[in-house]
Amino acid sequence: MNDHVESPEQEEISGEPSSAQNGNFHQFISFKVGNEEFAIDIMAVREIKGWTETAPLPNQPDYNLGVLNLRGTIVPTFDLGCRFGMGRTETTPYHVFIIATVQERTIGLLVDAVSDILTVNDDQIRPVPDMERMTAAEFLSGIITVEESMVVLLSLEKLFHTGDLANAAEIAA
Amino acid sequence: MTGSSFNADDLAQFKQTFFDECAELLADLEERLAAMQEETADSEALNAIFRAVHSIKAGAGAFGFTQLVQFAHRFEALLDRMRDGLVEQSERVADILVRAGDILACLVEASQSEQDLGENYGSEVCDEIDLLLAEIDGLESVLTSDEGNSVDTVVSEGPQEDQKNTVCTFLIEFAPKAELFRHANEPLFLIRELQGLGQVETECSLERLPALGSMEPEDAYLSWNLTLTTDKPEEDVREVFEFVEDDCDLKISAVQPEDVTHGSLSFHILDDVPETGDEDKSPGESDAEVLVAAKPATEPAAVVANVPVNAQKTSAAAPKAKATATPAQSTGVSSIRVDLDRVDRLVNVVGELVIAQSMQAQETEDRQGGHDFLINQANEDMSRIVREIQECVMAIRMQPVKSVFSRMPRLVREVSSKLNKQVRLLTEGEQTEVDKTVIEELADPLTHMIRNAIDHGIESPEEREGAGKKAAGAIKLLARHAGGNIIIQVIDNGSGINKDALLKKAISKGIVAEDAKLSDEEIEELIFAPGFSTAQAVTDVSGRGVGMDVVRRNINKLGGRISVQSVQGKGTCFTLTIPLSLAVLDGMLVAIGSEKYILPLASIVESFRPLDEQLRALAGGGEVVSMRGEYIRLIRAHHLFNVPGAVTDPCQGLVVVTETANGGKVGLLVDELIGQQQVVIKSIQENFDPVLGVSGATILGNGRVALILDIEQLKSMPVSADTWKPSSPEQSEASPANGDEAQIIAPEKMTDTEGMQVPATV
Repeated sequence: MNDHVESPEQEEISGEPSSAQNGNFHQFISFKVGNEEFAIDIMAVREIKGWTETAPLPNQPDYNLGVLNLRGTIVPTFDLGCRFGMGRTETTPYHVFIIATVQERTIGLLVDAVSDILTVNDDQIRPVPDMERMTAAEFLSGIITVEESMVVLLSLEKLFHTGDLANAAEIAA
Repeated sequence: MTGSSFNADDLAQFKQTFFDECAELLADLEERLAAMQEETADSEALNAIFRAVHSIKAGAGAFGFTQLVQFAHRFEALLDRMRDGLVEQSERVADILVRAGDILACLVEASQSEQDLGENYGSEVCDEIDLLLAEIDGLESVLTSDEGNSVDTVVSEGPQEDQKNTVCTFLIEFAPKAELFRHANEPLFLIRELQGLGQVETECSLERLPALGSMEPEDAYLSWNLTLTTDKPEEDVREVFEFVEDDCDLKISAVQPEDVTHGSLSFHILDDVPETGDEDKSPGESDAEVLVAAKPATEPAAVVANVPVNAQKTSAAAPKAKATATPAQSTGVSSIRVDLDRVDRLVNVVGELVIAQSMQAQETEDRQGGHDFLINQANEDMSRIVREIQECVMAIRMQPVKSVFSRMPRLVREVSSKLNKQVRLLTEGEQTEVDKTVIEELADPLTHMIRNAIDHGIESPEEREGAGKKAAGAIKLLARHAGGNIIIQVIDNGSGINKDALLKKAISKGIVAEDAKLSDEEIEELIFAPGFSTAQAVTDVSGRGVGMDVVRRNINKLGGRISVQSVQGKGTCFTLTIPLSLAVLDGMLVAIGSEKYILPLASIVESFRPLDEQLRALAGGGEVVSMRGEYIRLIRAHHLFNVPGAVTDPCQGLVVVTETANGGKVGLLVDELIGQQQVVIKSIQENFDPVLGVSGATILGNGRVALILDIEQLKSMPVSADTWKPSSPEQSEASPANGDEAQIIAPEKMTDTEGMQVPATV
């Protein structure tokens, strides 16, 4: 049930693969949501865990899948596909949670599959073009091209910024 | 001990340790001083007080807190005279001691926060001590007065006060126990230190020395009779033995100089000690300056012939015998200091162990159908052991409430003197244990309540006498266990709650409708309403209106309840009921639709399946269910939480009647009760925003998460969760029936709902 996969960051990071080359390299973990490829900074990723059942939290947006038990810690989980407006993901045991740390909080991101670890030079990251009236673009921090296909970089901080909402909830309570 | 060889970090760390220790010492001091007010302290208590003050002084000296050292020194001087029986334990002395204790505590605080309390802080008490000392010293010219500038030096050296150089002779009987060596002390150094004070004559007694064959190499057999001629006061002599006091038999007696002649000295000592061989004393040998291994002539007959060799060896070997003593003799250290974080980690890990174990047990049972006797047996054993570990670990965090209670006497003194009231504080059950986190959270509410009790409860002495009571009021602080809870009561014998005034005030503040008829209990409950204060005038002690509502909130946060009973003119009693631990909760697992939730067992009154005629939807929203003539508000959790597939007809489900913080009742509609179980509380807020209606989460035996319901919040939640629309309309998870019913029970406070329904995160 708890067949989580250890984060690959251990081998990759400790080997300092990028330090030998020039320039600022960053590593990202890429994953699939629907038919699209996204990536997040590898440093935010704690581990990758196979799908488990979650307990729904009341009165949350649809993309909040509720909480799961990560070896005794309660971790809230989010359906990225739903967050991106693709509707709720029909979960199967083959889905995967990426457990990540955002602003000192541990969260789980439901994705279809984890694809790869990308080592990318900073200049390879292209900015997201200005798009009008597309607020979603706020949490897209860049685009990189990997083998002719496009991978969109996500900023978890922007996607899951907590400050103002936590305040609002406090006032309400 | 000087900071020179350490870097600043080390020093800061040492300082922290010092203040930690101070806090403990002060608590101990406070308690013992309080006991002294009741009854005369015995010498053990006095010694303990002295040691506490002395340790603070020593530490303060090392860190250069001059003011603290000076005051502690003065304090110590008084205590020392008391120890010697030169000061009678009168009320006056007890009073001075208590006040001195308060000042000492303030000075420690000030040192810690690096405040300056002003040069003359505590000078009143100092003067009184001086006066007292002067009186004594007037009687006892032998003792030197302790005026002075003594204290700039580091303390362990002993103050170099300007003394009347009275030469005094002390007879010291020093018999180290094995623990002394275990604690890495060394008699030789002690004797050398004594030599630093004056002329020392040593005599080693071998009377306890066994035959070589039966000798335990790490035990202590030697004892010494020392004669010290010095111009220093006895205090200094005792200080040498300060750290070994508990590890040896020590007798120090002062002899008037004329009483002692060198020649007769050994007679003198030996005469005092009856066990010593009585015949053969040779007066000459006490002239030896350093450690003297006794000569055969002084040996008691019982010692076998090879003793001299033996003795030489042991006296040399004794200092080495540090590592371990024989188990029979070592009482050892009875407590250790452990970082709270470590304990917390242990508690967490054990919590996980409990879950993992029950998951494993369930899994194996599922797989082999419960037929394998051995596996079942193993599972059962495992479960028992794991529970036991959990209990043990929880017990580590348990502490007596004493640490909070002991802060209160000082508070009572401060507040009562500020208000010119006479108040006695009585405490009971201070050994009652409760989780450390609970203790920390208790301090504020208790402080508040005691302040209130003195300010509002206890009347002025004149009023009290007018009412035929004793001039001094009393506040009783009481703790005891009851089930899984600790009950703490704050009882005063003051004026009680003036219900008429309370009601009037509540009406004038608009808290209660003018024509409302309230029962006595309901009126008493009003003091917990926000922004309420009945004090005639706002004093600087209390009465600003942030009062009992905050207390109630704090107590509720702990999962506890507070109630009040009062008889006008007789007094008031606040009762706090608080769970022993914040980490574990007795819960009832309930099913609502496809989800399972935990209800705190403590709040459940009863549950029943209502009949149709017991239900009534009220106009303007809300539903009530009648139970034995009582109308109880019905809360549909599946509505509030938007749970699909739940039982929507109360006649098919169950109404769980729960008690709320203010003693009211609400009925919660659930599908069924699954069972009672103890759960480990996990925080949701660690990784997420607060979720309305949910106080936390726990992990069930199957590894799934169940949310713990918060009745208070459920009660205040807008009746329908439909006010918040899911972002994608096609995903409407709510069961079809929900829509209709949401209309029947329209939200009472629609305006409030906006803010409450903020979707957390993103």
